[in-house]
Amino acid sequence: MTIVALIALAVGTYLMKSVGPFAAAGRELPPWLDRLATLLPAALLAALVATQTVGDGATLTVDARLAGVGAAAVAVACKAPFGVVVLAGAGVTALIRLLGWGG
Amino acid sequence: MRPFNRTTREVRGEAADDPVVPTGHADGHAPAPGPGDGAAPGSGSVDAPELSTRSLLVQTFPVALAVGAYGLSYGVLAVAAGLSPGLATLSSLLVLAGGSQFAFVGVLAGGGNPMAGAIGGLLLNVRYLAFGLAIARALPGGPWWRRGLDSYLIVDESVALALGSAGPESAHPDPTRWRTDVVRRFRVMGWGVVIAWISATAVGSYGGQLIGDPEVLGLDAAFPAGFLALLAPWLRSRAGKVAAVLGVVLALALTPVTPPGVPIIAAALGGVLALRVPQPAGSLAVTSPATDVAASAGPHEQERP
Repeated sequence: MTIVALIALAVGTYLMKSVGPFAAAGRELPPWLDRLATLLPAALLAALVATQTVGDGATLTVDARLAGVGAAAVAVACKAPFGVVVLAGAGVTALIRLLGWGG
Repeated sequence: MRPFNRTTREVRGEAADDPVVPTGHADGHAPAPGPGDGAAPGSGSVDAPELSTRSLLVQTFPVALAVGAYGLSYGVLAVAAGLSPGLATLSSLLVLAGGSQFAFVGVLAGGGNPMAGAIGGLLLNVRYLAFGLAIARALPGGPWWRRGLDSYLIVDESVALALGSAGPESAHPDPTRWRTDVVRRFRVMGWGVVIAWISATAVGSYGGQLIGDPEVLGLDAAFPAGFLALLAPWLRSRAGKVAAVLGVVLALALTPVTPPGVPIIAAALGGVLALRVPQPAGSLAVTSPATDVAASAGPHEQERP
């Protein structure tokens, strides 16, 4: 049963991943779909940032991550390179946990 | 590091509503706006440095490390939830979608029905429809096996970093180069994640308890921090801003009231709604091919490979 479920998860996941490359790659998309594909990353990235910063399962919670991502936002505003932004996010979060201030 | 400045943007006026300046590449090379920025496209005068294999690997390495840290803890958890080490490793090879795998073994560990775990995981992965569509704009298509491999490589990190590092296509002086850069970064990043995720799962599941908690290092905040950096170029256009804000609002509003996975899927609606933001005249060929040539954003006039 576990193996069947695992295979269902694998096959279903692959099917969803393959729709874009098989149906849309190398092909002229209708204008609205083309524009949607350029706007989707903005919506998805923003949602990932939000849920991974304050999401915890089905609850919203404020913990050390928020400070870390806040520091990362400052780094982005200062036009810091990508690696510095990531280090700022992880470093500040780790530091706050080390100090025992946030979960 | 980024060459963005307001003057350039204001000079270019309305056409600048879509992002006009490529993001700084993660390896620190300055991108190619330069004196030719704003000139007619297709002139071929792109002086951006080639995206070297070395700089690609340098960008991939830290991502692979962070992914590996989570792979280790996934391996440990999967075995604790009752999967054999072999099956745990196989799951990483076959599914290759970390969040859904954590959800799956989470259900198993709680004594739940494995099918319920699979359905929960699948719900999380519906977002790959949208990720696949986003990256497919750059993918060349080609034979079925090539499309099949590209499909396999679709994970959050590969798509987000490939598209994010290159910035929006309308901001790039050379659409063909934009496409090659995105595809190369997507594939290298994708294989890096594949190798790191699967091998780390194996080590974690066979090696057991020798691993610490990745959260001590703040790695759980490293991902949203990185995604935030990648999001930045979209925030320079009105439509991009609207998409991002709606994405955040929808995702956070739905998190407490829907099963995991639904918030991110719903956030894609933010992209759909942002379509209603009027495009500035001449910013994209889709509205008026005639003005496109003068607008420095002529991706649609180019042949797709």
